[in-house]
Amino acid sequence: MPATTVNTFETWETSDVLDPQDRIRFEQLVLPHLDSAANLARWMLRNRADSDDVVQEATLRAYRFFERFHGGDARAWLLQIVRNTCYTWLQKNRPSELMTEFDEEVHLRPAANPETLATQADDRQRLMMALESLSPRFREVLVLRELEGCSYKEIGEITGIPIGTVMSTLSRARERLRQTLTGAAGAAAKEVS
Amino acid sequence: MNCELAQTTIHGYFDGELDAVRSTEFERHLEHCHECQSVLESIESLRTQLQQSDLYEHASPQLREKVRKQLAQAAGTGRLSAGHWRRWFLVPTFGAMAAAAAVIAIILFVVPSRTQSPLSAELIDAHVRSLQPGHLMDVESTDQHTVKPWFDGKLDFVPPVSDYAAQGFPLVGGRLDVVDGHNVAALVYSRRKHYINVFVWPYREKEPGFVSSGSRQGYNWVAWQSGDMRFCVVSDAALSDLRELKDLIHP
Repeated sequence: MPATTVNTFETWETSDVLDPQDRIRFEQLVLPHLDSAANLARWMLRNRADSDDVVQEATLRAYRFFERFHGGDARAWLLQIVRNTCYTWLQKNRPSELMTEFDEEVHLRPAANPETLATQADDRQRLMMALESLSPRFREVLVLRELEGCSYKEIGEITGIPIGTVMSTLSRARERLRQTLTGAAGAAAKEVS
Repeated sequence: MNCELAQTTIHGYFDGELDAVRSTEFERHLEHCHECQSVLESIESLRTQLQQSDLYEHASPQLREKVRKQLAQAAGTGRLSAGHWRRWFLVPTFGAMAAAAAVIAIILFVVPSRTQSPLSAELIDAHVRSLQPGHLMDVESTDQHTVKPWFDGKLDFVPPVSDYAAQGFPLVGGRLDVVDGHNVAALVYSRRKHYINVFVWPYREKEPGFVSSGSRQGYNWVAWQSGDMRFCVVSDAALSDLRELKDLIHP
């Protein structure tokens, strides 16, 4: 699996201010997708406080880069920036999460081992932990597809995954999540018997 | 897993990303591949779990406020007046009317169990026609007391009509539509920049069952039954939005 694409927005100028018309366009086109931004960042960082910071930063970047937005899918454009900002943040603050990303097969966080998962009576909690146990690469496609309802084309745009690979990435991500959940169910059954 | 299609193609099929030819081919294969049938069942159940577990995290009011402040600061002059922003944040549907948004009029009936019926293709065609200018609404009003009586005498049932503007789904209007040879009521709501069609019709015997939700070609739908009425919400808005609207209609 190729290394994760990291952000390309490091060198932005701090002085550029959009002209009023662009600002209005920004408000109309980009800001309505703040929920989507919050949702993606929350799942990428697995914690609300950090993700709020990242969304703030990403929105500011989007604002400064708005001149480079030439129409098209504003949600995908914003989410691409959010996603890149998330990876930059992870690289800086929790590099280990990105290191283990390559090891998809054994990538199971202690917080989400089958026994811990099995003790969660609450389905939502169980699902949350299972999803959070996946690698960021798998988590992002699942969140974009199942929660955000993105098309493969949009997922490709946002994540930089070649469009031809989106389907197989999703396929592996779903399989991994299913295994994590069934593993947990199996452990629960063992405990009962 | 032995079937190669069960590993990748099936996902494209499930997500409505295959073209018509490949989709038909796959459906043919699906008829006698038990492995694919069971995988399809499993990924559908996974989606249902994910979508029904309220996992979507909306931006909090605090975050909106922080973003507002930060951008106002970035703009330097503070010309992004608080009032302007407040309007934005409190009315998430702002701009909805201006959008050349697409809404589909589909009810996806399901021929044996989970497979998406080829009927959906026909319905998508119908949808494309419905997007022609002036076809979305027969009665254009945000007032439920205007929209509801409009249906009187036009249908042999009374669709429930409510405005959910306060919850972010303002009623925009309604129209009559024909689906599967029967008259149905279509209520139009807007959500951010998207239109949402809510189709309502009385359940008829022999009517095929339908899957409760899904997506095809970028459109999402959520369907359910309440009493003897059936409902189907269709839009290119996020599925979570559609579920929210469903919960408003039938808490």
